[in-house]
Amino acid sequence: MGTESSPKIAIVDESPIRAAILEEGLREAGFTDVVRIDEMQSLLSRIYALDPDVIVIDLENPSRDVLEQMFQVSRAVRRPIAMFVDQSDAASIQASVDAGVSAYIVDGLKKERLKPILDLCISRFNAFSKLQDELDRAKSALEDRKVIERAKGILMRLKGLTEDEAYVLLRSTAMREKKKIGEIAQSILTASELLK
Amino acid sequence: MTTALQIGFIPLIDAAALIVAVEKGFTGAEGLDVTLVREVSWSNVRDKLNVGLFDAAHLLAMVPVASSLGLGHIKVPLVVPLNLSLNGNAITVSPALDASIMAEIDGERLDPMATARALSRVVAARRRNGSEPLTFGMTFPFSTHNYQLRFWMAAGGVDPDEDIRLVVLPPPFMVGSIASGQVDGFCVGAPWNSIAVDGGVGRILHFGSDIMQRAAEKVLATRQQWAEKNPQSLAGLVRAVFRAAEFVEAAPNHNEVARILARPEYIGVDADVILRTLQGRLKIDPDGTIRESDRYMLLAREDASMPDPIQAAWLYAQMVRWRQTAFSPEALKLAQSVFRPDLYEAAFGRDSTRQIASKAIGAFAGPAFDPNHIEAHFGAFRVGQAAREWR
Repeated sequence: MGTESSPKIAIVDESPIRAAILEEGLREAGFTDVVRIDEMQSLLSRIYALDPDVIVIDLENPSRDVLEQMFQVSRAVRRPIAMFVDQSDAASIQASVDAGVSAYIVDGLKKERLKPILDLCISRFNAFSKLQDELDRAKSALEDRKVIERAKGILMRLKGLTEDEAYVLLRSTAMREKKKIGEIAQSILTASELLK
Repeated sequence: MTTALQIGFIPLIDAAALIVAVEKGFTGAEGLDVTLVREVSWSNVRDKLNVGLFDAAHLLAMVPVASSLGLGHIKVPLVVPLNLSLNGNAITVSPALDASIMAEIDGERLDPMATARALSRVVAARRRNGSEPLTFGMTFPFSTHNYQLRFWMAAGGVDPDEDIRLVVLPPPFMVGSIASGQVDGFCVGAPWNSIAVDGGVGRILHFGSDIMQRAAEKVLATRQQWAEKNPQSLAGLVRAVFRAAEFVEAAPNHNEVARILARPEYIGVDADVILRTLQGRLKIDPDGTIRESDRYMLLAREDASMPDPIQAAWLYAQMVRWRQTAFSPEALKLAQSVFRPDLYEAAFGRDSTRQIASKAIGAFAGPAFDPNHIEAHFGAFRVGQAAREWR
């Protein structure tokens, strides 16, 4: 797709990482005219100044309602926008709502041209959530490890255990109580705080 | 057997009946296991209800009508089996605009006609000296806020599409926007007017009930298809929310309700601000002036929870007046049919076929609203696109 025919796409997203992932995906797919907007205070005037053909916005963004204003026929609105898909395309709506993204086309762009953009946004949004989940899991694993280290230290000090013995004690307690090692370790930290 | 329901809401005090229905076990008693999902935009609530992620939702009164008519969005027939609130909005202006209006006012400051005419003189003076037009915020194109603000200023001769700027702002951004001077005033629901007053950046000029004595504000909405397939769940939900609305309005419960709503997973603002709204005792001026009204927000009393088709008709008439849609008798009929007093009555085992008398809108200007003579409504007003076309 040449630059000439590439529609101008505005990404409205307060998450800079997700916006970057989206922009990269769009550029790789040949959509070269992509602009990111992360400032919500003057959203409408930014959009009027950019005059995009497509607007992509994440569903966590309260400013989605601001965009709804652009459906209206009024002097303030230069080019009315429309919802992203045909009435018939319920699956696309479902998929995009599930992924947490919404797209609007501005008057003048053919609807068929939006479909690949929307599909790409949906897959990138889904990829981002997966990444976010993994990151959260990794973070909590790291947190757990720190807590376990400290709990081991307490057990070693109070019960005169070696590091290995302290870990075995934590693990066997966790198995017996059907809890995670991290939870047992946390309760040891809490108890030791209380007993200080 | 319990039925699991997902219900979307926006953190506003008029979601009180819905939240309390779940928190105080009214839904549980009906065999409903309700998960409330807090949302950030009306567009989200609408879309998630439309695609079936939500079974029911707290929605702006006009959105189910717009969805059913396919306005501004895909067409999905929705129904309103219960009205969650009447009134509850207020018009707040910056201290500077308040001073300008009061300098021009000829009459009582609580009289919306007097303030609207004063606003018109302020607008004319600004035009003469080349100032930027005033900017007002409201929450959504299809909102009672939008229509109340327009109705009020138009009565004084201000054309909201020509003389001022009207912008959509998410409610949590209202206070910041008036503080930074991006808007000069706004119409929004509770608690945001009070928060602007507490912050010293706004003065409440009018309660919504000054503009209209009864204005449908938020409704409980479901997809028509869902309502047809799940009559038991629907009836149980209507009963639970109605009982919760009565609970919320009972004065001895105000403190408890305010504490529940204040929790971060619900509205997440100071319980004291919520309490003032529930009591209809609002601080309207940063100087501490209190204004009391028993009409500030109605949930169950005065039959507020019964969905009244006259409300849908009035809101539809405003859509036409402000050119959001072209008038058709079929669309007017369809709009009225979205509000379903029959479903409401059936939930309580009452005869759902009897004719229920509509209650008056009680707007401060124009003739009494009659959906059967809608031309009289348009013909009565000077300002508004439809007003021009109908005369």
